[in-house]
Amino acid sequence: MSLASASISTLRRQLAAGEITAVDIIDELATAITSRDPQIGAYLSLDLAAARSAAATANLDLPLGGIPIALKDNINAIGQPCTCGSRFLERGYTAPYDATVTSRLRAAGAIPFGRVNLDEFAMGSATENSALQITRNPHDPTRIPGGSSGGSAAAVAADLAIAALGSDTGGSIRQPASHCGIVGLKPSYGRVSRYGLVAFASSLDQIGPLTKSVTDAALILQAIAGHDPHDSTSLDVPVPDYSAELEKGVAGMKLGIPREYFGEGIDPAVRSLVEQAIKRLQAAGAELVDISLPHTEHAVATYYIIAPAEASSNLSRFDGIRYGKRADTPTDLLDLYRRSREEGFGPEVKRRIILGTYVLSSGYYDAYYSRAQKVRTLIRRDFENAFQEVDAILTPVAPTPARKIGEHSADPLHEYLSDIFTLAANLAGNCAISVPCGTVPSESGTNLPVGLQILAPHLAEAKLLRVARAAEL
Amino acid sequence: MATEHIDVRYVAGLARLELSDEECSVFQRQLEAILGHVESLTQLDVEGIEPTSYPAPVYDVMREDIPSASLPREAVLANAPDQAQDQIRVPKVIADA
Repeated sequence: MSLASASISTLRRQLAAGEITAVDIIDELATAITSRDPQIGAYLSLDLAAARSAAATANLDLPLGGIPIALKDNINAIGQPCTCGSRFLERGYTAPYDATVTSRLRAAGAIPFGRVNLDEFAMGSATENSALQITRNPHDPTRIPGGSSGGSAAAVAADLAIAALGSDTGGSIRQPASHCGIVGLKPSYGRVSRYGLVAFASSLDQIGPLTKSVTDAALILQAIAGHDPHDSTSLDVPVPDYSAELEKGVAGMKLGIPREYFGEGIDPAVRSLVEQAIKRLQAAGAELVDISLPHTEHAVATYYIIAPAEASSNLSRFDGIRYGKRADTPTDLLDLYRRSREEGFGPEVKRRIILGTYVLSSGYYDAYYSRAQKVRTLIRRDFENAFQEVDAILTPVAPTPARKIGEHSADPLHEYLSDIFTLAANLAGNCAISVPCGTVPSESGTNLPVGLQILAPHLAEAKLLRVARAAEL
Repeated sequence: MATEHIDVRYVAGLARLELSDEECSVFQRQLEAILGHVESLTQLDVEGIEPTSYPAPVYDVMREDIPSASLPREAVLANAPDQAQDQIRVPKVIADA
């Protein structure tokens, strides 16, 4: 078996036994990328020399010693590009500092390895909104990998990365993990510092791992979790040992099945695989409880007011002055702003900036933004009530397997509605994970992965990972 | 909730976005569909419900006032599209008298 297809835990054993070196792993990944990435399109850039030199001096005694980890191209790593999949930052920006997750990975012995594709500024569910390149699903190259962390998911699934970091604002780690057949974890709001993540929607964004196993997700979360003085929303609370309880199983746990997540609009084959996964957990000793999350149907409307509102504010920093794109021969300052942004941003980013500016503008603020924040409270309470009764909640990740590249591209509302099952975890702030639960055959003979979503209370990642480990095939 | 139509060009101006006529007409149609969907929130009674700004408690955090190193000037200026005399250069903002 190639080192490129191994999990972190396997590689750590081989490194410790002296069977392989950290440079061997880098070399095998480089070979795999050269031969397969032209078909997949996961990587935007790769500084092989930097990775090799870090590997040569890696401290193998550290928890992630010698393990290369790909970074979504919206996470800063000093001296590397950080394009956010945008023309705005394609040229004229080199990261002058490390994101906190990047420096924590380094401190744990890991090697930041390559920059992977995403929807522009993480806005999308297909990675088709990247202005720089198309990324294809390794299980079926005519289909999307999901998004916005599509490069992260495709790289891990195609054995072009051992593991990757992504960011999740409304499902952007879990949905591509589901479509690509890997594990994707969105930590609780405040669990991981976002310092050095290019901000999209600050009350929703979290960074998390995309991995080949639940065990690997626990290892990476361990390295990146915890308080950071550079992000005031990162919580100053203890970080438990996420590997300690992984194997304890689900016997005696109560797992909630929310009826709103199994209604109309879900592909019958997806529903069947998710139901089989639920039955396996029941057979492993969990008690299933029918629950209701009554405000689920309002999650899309709430999210698509709040997220664009925050994005319109966050993206005002891209003004053509300090970094990135600046329009040629501006007549004055206002012209410079307007044309730099027109030339630098793609259509989805513009759409969300306009929508966000509208819902925050004078006369509309109360009707849209303020009301959405109140509905957000109702959605959060749904989860608080449910978690009084159950340890974790089981749902699908996405209503369908990965769609074809190019479908729905002219119909953003249709695309937004497909985020229905993942948005609520970001609005409520609890943790959630996608774990592979089988594949659906397509009409062209490929097998399309489907994920089971598990949701757990705020800061209950240890419990979440334990259920996920039991659900793993 | 508002029932008026969004004036895309006006709102884009507020957001400092130049738009082509084609972009304007495409966005007009798409954004009206999206705003039509979000109208569904008017069905809910939110009287007396506290708004949620952050899903976890967020406080103003005061750090100790201890000087520490920040990014070197060269590192920051290295990304500027135009610079002169250790500063970022921008077009003239004051009109001639």
